Amino acid sequence: MSHLETHITDYRVYGWVLLALLILTSITITVTWIDLSALTVLVALIIASVKSFIVLRYFMHLKFESGIFTVFIIMVLLIYVLVIVLTFFDYLLR
Amino acid sequence: MELHRDDIGARLGMWIFIFTEILLFGGLFLVYAVMRDRYSDEFHQAAHQLNAFIGTLNTVVLLFSSATVAMSITAVRKGEKRKGVLFIFITLVCAGIFLFNKYLEWGHKISIGLYPGSEMMIGLKHGYILFFSLYFFMTGLHMLHLVVGSIILTIIMVKIQIGSINSGKYTLLENGGLYWHLVDLIWIFLFPLLYLIT
Repeated sequence: MSHLETHITDYRVYGWVLLALLILTSITITVTWIDLSALTVLVALIIASVKSFIVLRYFMHLKFESGIFTVFIIMVLLIYVLVIVLTFFDYLLR
Repeated sequence: MELHRDDIGARLGMWIFIFTEILLFGGLFLVYAVMRDRYSDEFHQAAHQLNAFIGTLNTVVLLFSSATVAMSITAVRKGEKRKGVLFIFITLVCAGIFLFNKYLEWGHKISIGLYPGSEMMIGLKHGYILFFSLYFFMTGLHMLHLVVGSIILTIIMVKIQIGSINSGKYTLLENGGLYWHLVDLIWIFLFPLLYLIT
């Protein structure tokens, strides 16, 4: 059985995605020049997460993949977040 | 007789491997998070030793390379073999630029005696040692993944050229692309956390 004929992404879509990623990168850099102390890290991480979401959805083709792939990724990320939260529960209450 | 193919299964296998990589680097980021909280001043100071310009350049180069590897898939699926090969070649050039920049960065640090286990490093304050250990280990491990990815992409480029990867059979290319995007994703987080905390 051969694979299903799925949607072929146009070159230009990848061009736009790259542009978005570059803009987000420059925003990250600009934001870190403004010192918001603890908040700077949070903003940098949020922007990095947005970039990751874009890479996952468009470059890594999750948008056109079967939905179960997205479910798996979310599950893995949740497990990871759980590990971080639990670790910090220990560390912050020492 | 057609060999059984399961392209979606093959892709899923690659994703499962990517999950293990996320947890691998995730563990390192976790160490970074705790140590940064404990030694925030020293991390902040130590980060001045890193060149944010080269870091930014590397980020741009890697993002661009992710775009070109994705475009290569489009090309192969459309049967445009030459473009397919060309895009992978550009991706590999980007990888080369990234590696060259890393050579400049690491080379400089090593030349001033700043490397894990050096006399200078051992004499530094604890927070500094932690920052630089994390820097060398995480960028080193990332670099290793980049080199492995480049080797895989080179093989893929050859296979596109000789036709064993084509519009009817391109799962290897997709999986190689997924691995490359992972290398990019890791750097997307490494860059701000190591280079932009000044």
